[in-house]
Parts: sequence; structure tokens; C-alpha cells
Amino acid sequence: MNTLPQQLANGLFLGSMYGLIAIGYTMVYGIVQLINFAHGEIFMTGGFGALTVYLYVLPDGTSMWIALPAMLIGGGLVAVLIAVGAERFAYRPLRGAPRLAPLITAIGLSLALQQAVFNWYPNAKTDRNFPQIEAGPWHIGSISISSGSLFVIVAAPLCMAALALFVSMSRTGRAMQATAQDPDTAQLMGIDTNKIIVIAFAIGGFFAAVAAVSYGLRYGSIQYNMGFQMGLKAFTAAVLGGIGNIYGAMIGGLVLGLAETMATSYIDGIPGMQQLGGGGWSSVWAFVLLILVLLFRPQGLVGERVADRA
Amino acid sequence: MRQRSLVILTSVLTTGALTLTACGSRDDSGDKSSSSKTEIIIGVDAPLTGQNSATGLGIQGGVQIAVDDANKNNTVPGVTFKVQALDDKAIPASGQQNATALVNNEKVLGVVGPLNSGVATQMQQVFAAANLVEVSPSNTAPELTQGKNWQTSKSRPFKTYFRTATTDALQGGFAAEYASTTLKKKNVFVVDDKQTYGAGLAKLFKAGFTKNGGKVAGEDHVNTGDTDFSALVTKIKKSKADLVYYGGQYDESEKLTKQLKDGGVKVPLFGGDGMFSDTYIQTAGKTSEGDLVTSVGQPVDSLPSAADFIKKYKASGLKGDYGTYGGYSYDAATAIIKAIANVVKDGKVPDGARAKIVDEVQKTKFEGIAGPVSFDEYGDTTNKQLTVYQVVSGKWKAVKSGTFNG
Repeated sequence: MNTLPQQLANGLFLGSMYGLIAIGYTMVYGIVQLINFAHGEIFMTGGFGALTVYLYVLPDGTSMWIALPAMLIGGGLVAVLIAVGAERFAYRPLRGAPRLAPLITAIGLSLALQQAVFNWYPNAKTDRNFPQIEAGPWHIGSISISSGSLFVIVAAPLCMAALALFVSMSRTGRAMQATAQDPDTAQLMGIDTNKIIVIAFAIGGFFAAVAAVSYGLRYGSIQYNMGFQMGLKAFTAAVLGGIGNIYGAMIGGLVLGLAETMATSYIDGIPGMQQLGGGGWSSVWAFVLLILVLLFRPQGLVGERVADRA
Repeated sequence: MRQRSLVILTSVLTTGALTLTACGSRDDSGDKSSSSKTEIIIGVDAPLTGQNSATGLGIQGGVQIAVDDANKNNTVPGVTFKVQALDDKAIPASGQQNATALVNNEKVLGVVGPLNSGVATQMQQVFAAANLVEVSPSNTAPELTQGKNWQTSKSRPFKTYFRTATTDALQGGFAAEYASTTLKKKNVFVVDDKQTYGAGLAKLFKAGFTKNGGKVAGEDHVNTGDTDFSALVTKIKKSKADLVYYGGQYDESEKLTKQLKDGGVKVPLFGGDGMFSDTYIQTAGKTSEGDLVTSVGQPVDSLPSAADFIKKYKASGLKGDYGTYGGYSYDAATAIIKAIANVVKDGKVPDGARAKIVDEVQKTKFEGIAGPVSFDEYGDTTNKQLTVYQVVSGKWKAVKSGTFNG
């Protein structure tokens, strides 16, 4: 049995999730040169927001086909509010401060959000079950796709296409590009840069919430600390693709997901490498790939070399 | 004006802080006058939040009920028992810190825990140095009691360490025997989480399974905290295994079994007692149907001796799964309390009480709620009962109980 198509599909599903989260890192970095380390936790709160909608807002036994859009909106709303709130109250006061100050703030905020959910969300100290779509798995040739994977493989390209259209076509999108290139000049040209920054945080938050819903659907449960590992991987994806570039984030995510899947499935088949393959080593190979890419292309896969940035 | 108020504020704060500190130290020394009974603390160390916490809270609850019973029945005259439960989050380093904290509290005369074998390896030395007795209701790694070379020459590393659970040497073998003879499985894929407990258990299962004539279709390892197992699932599918064995905890296996079934691999997942938790079924839902675990002892629900315990547990509103180790935790705490009863007379704690209690626990022999309680020369329980459980209609159902002697 040839497992390559299935493994490629596995990599795409995982990579799409990384990519959705990575968008948040990369957009914020592109505009304010801040690595928002609390973004992993914004992803997590998006998941809990969606769960809250399902458990406490919708009536019991609502069909998932109706509940899912409501959960996406609810989770998105929570994540956007927290992302925008973080920008307004934690990052904006530090806009002129040395680069290290907002970075430390971001780490502090990340811990605060994690502990807040841990302490105050009902029963969040252990895994919280996430509602499932009772359908599938579907089979296409030798590939089988579960309902959660189907969701992410549909949602991620839709989100990406919408974002690409928004950034290149709309007035706000072009203002966003201008702000990323040169915030001071953009402001002189009459662009409200504060508004642009808020929009960047909001889009990142919403995409993270979509990723969180896919996470819940694919793995069956969400945890208060799920943002840490996923956030770290997504940040890696953003750097891999070229931080600051939204297409790079998605490509970086896909490459990272594929690399992890391939490392799990094929490295230990290479003679002499049995000890270095398998699931336990997948992250190691993903980071080896990151180091190699950064050695030869410090700007990332599709990033542009910008001398005065990073 | 502003400066003056600052001075006042500072002095008020300083005075307040000093007063509070004084209160603290007075409290510590002056408790004997306030109560006529001596207070003795039974320490508990288990994961109470995060990973493994459903099982860990069951340990805390089991000890709490044992202590409540001892206080109610006045088992040790002149003594009131209290429980001090510390959270190790299933992290070995936290366990070691907790062990140090418990050792430094003179009122602690015995400790129940930890849940995880990997955590236990970091705690044993701390307790041994202080002669403080430690009884684990759940550690199953053989080397904890029988030394690193337990397969060739057994030697007990720490005389303060005991356990009411039997070892993986028996659990792995028992599971292998059930897989070969009852389930008639021929081809197994073995996965473990690289931890002391999981890797050890997987190795013993593999050894037993191949000895019974089975084949190992493949092997892989995961990291604790991993969530995406889709690549592993595809590998398992390709290997055409008719059974997957998992050495590890429910946190990863509940996601693995869901992804296995979602990926079209319709074979049961078989695991050890680390997977034996109600949370496993809740999270994996229908996909857990038919999965199997082995666990130590006989099912608490079926034991008449434990009926009273279960009633109390449910009535008390305690959280966690009592089913896995609650009964063993009750027995572990009771063993310590009975030992204290032989050492502490009329509420007077003699010099070197901790060492004497260790000797008394070694001599323990009584009928516990989960079976007879006594320890062999290594500190292992003499109760070698094991049970296979299977998920049937969304519940763990005991399918076979027995003993296994290697």
C-alpha cells in the first residue's frame, strides 16, 4: 500500500492549521515589528470561545451544521476582542519603547491568558471535550479524510484567498501595505495607522480562532495550554516562510506540516536512521529544516531581504 | 504633600508586613496550646491539575476519605489527621520540590503518591534521606522497588518506598497473554511516550507478545503533549497490524484512538493503567469503543469491601476518578495510619518517629478495601491481582481478572 498520498494529505491538514495561526504572527510583525508571543494564547481563547457558544449559548443538541458557523463567529469574536484588547492596553502604550519591552509584555500576557482560562473557565484544568461533526471519514482514492480535516482544508484556503483579496484590492488593505512599508510616511499621507494596526491584530485573532475550531474538531478536545506548542510551531512557520509576508506564513505552515509528517513516516525507513525517526523526532526534523532554510535564506522562503527590518 | 503621604504609606505597609510576619511565626510554634490533640499530616503528591489530573484527584480523594474515617473512628487516640495535597503536574522536578516541602514539615509522618513512575524516581531519594515513608498507590515501573537491574538481580534501592500497585513486569505480561490467547491477535504495532512508565510497559508487552508467538508489525514513539498523530496513524494502517499497544497515559492515547478510527484503522487500542480513566472514554467518545486496558487489582466497583468507600466518595462531591487508584490510595493511607497507631501513643510523637513508622509499614498486614495489603522484601504489594477492562457501550467493563506470575 502506497501511503505517500495519505501522508501528504496529513501534512497539508496539519500545515494549514499552522499557517492560519502563523498569519497572526506575520501580520503583526510586518506592521509593528512586534513578535506577539501571546498569539498562541489568542488561538487558545478562540477555541474556548467557540466551545462556550456551543455549551452555554446554543440550545442542547443543536445540529453541528447550524452550530459550527455560530461557534466560528463566537470564537472569532472572543479571539478578536482579546487580540485588539491586548494591542490597545498592552502594546500601544509601549509603541515607542525599546523593542524588548513589548516582547516581555507579550510573554507576560501569554502567561496571564493561560492562567486566566485555567483558573476561571469551568473544568478547564483538564481536557475539555469539543463537539464533533458526526460524519465521515470520506475516502478519495487511498486518502481518507475525517470531518475535522475536511473543515480545515476548506476553511484555510478560503481564509487565505479572502485575505489576499482584501490586502491587494481594498482601500484598507492597501493602507495596510503602505503602513508595513513605512509607517511614518503612511501617516503623513493621511492613513490612520492606529486603525490599521488594530485591523491587523483583529484579522490575526480571527484566523487563530478558525485554527482553534479546526484543532477542536480534529483532536476532539481543547486544553488551556494548547496555545503554547501550537503557537511555537506557527511562529516557526512564519519565520520559515519569511516573517512579515502573509503568503510566506501560509507556505511556511504547509512546509512545516509536511516536514513533520514526512519525518514521522519515512526517516526511520532509511537504513541506519531507525533511532532518529518516528513521531518522537518529528519536531527535531522540523527545526533542522528551519535552521537549514535560515542558513541559506535568512529572510525565509518567500520573504524579501529588508536591511532595516528584523 | 505628596512626599509626606508616600512616607506614611511606606511606613504603614512596612508595619503591616512586620505584623503579618510575626503572626506567621507565632502560629507555627503555638499550636499545641490551641488544640488538645496532636495534628499529624498525611502528605499527598499527585498531578491535581493539567495532564493526568483526573486520576491524580482520585488519589487525593481516596486519601481524604481514609483520613476522615481514621478521625471519625479515632483510630489513633490523641491524634487528628490532616491531608496536605501538593500538585506535581506530572512533572518530575515539581515532584522533587514537593517531596522536599513535605520532608521539611515535621508534622508530615507519611506520604501517599506520586501517580507517575517518572516522578517517583525523583522523589524516592528525598524521602529516603529523611526516613519518611512513601506509599504509592499507582507506580508500576519495576525498577522503583527492585533496582535498575531487576531482570537479572533484584536489590531494593530505597527502604522507605512502598507501593500498593503491582508492577509492569506483571502488567505487560498479563496484557500480552490476553492479547495472544483471548483476543487471538498476531500482529501488533507498539507505541510509547518515551517516559519511564510508558516505554517500560511497551517493552514488557512486546517481550511477552513475541514470546507467545506474536509478531511486531512496527514500533514508534510519541512525545507527551503531542496532539497530531495522523502520520503515525497512516504508518499503522500500512503495517496491517490487528492490534495497537500504547504504553503511556490517557492524555495522548485518547487522541490517538480517535485519530486511528477517523483514519479508518478499525483495530482496538490496548494500553496499561495509565489509560484507564473515564476521561479517556469521554474525550475519545464512540471511537474508544472496544479499546482495552489492564489495571492493577480487581475492579473497585465489584468489591463488596469497597462499597462503603464508593458511597462516601460519591457523597462527598470529591472530584477525579476513584475507579483507577482511589481504593489503593485509601489502602495506602490506611497502611500509614495503622503504622502511626503503633508508634504514636496518647498523642505523643516519639523521637525518630518517621524511621519507626517505616519499619511498621514494612510489617503491615490487613484486609484493605481493594484486597489484602502487605509488602514483600522489596516494598512491593503481595497482591498480584490484575484485570483487563474493555470499553463496552461507553463504559469500562471488567472482562478478565487474574494473577500473572511471569
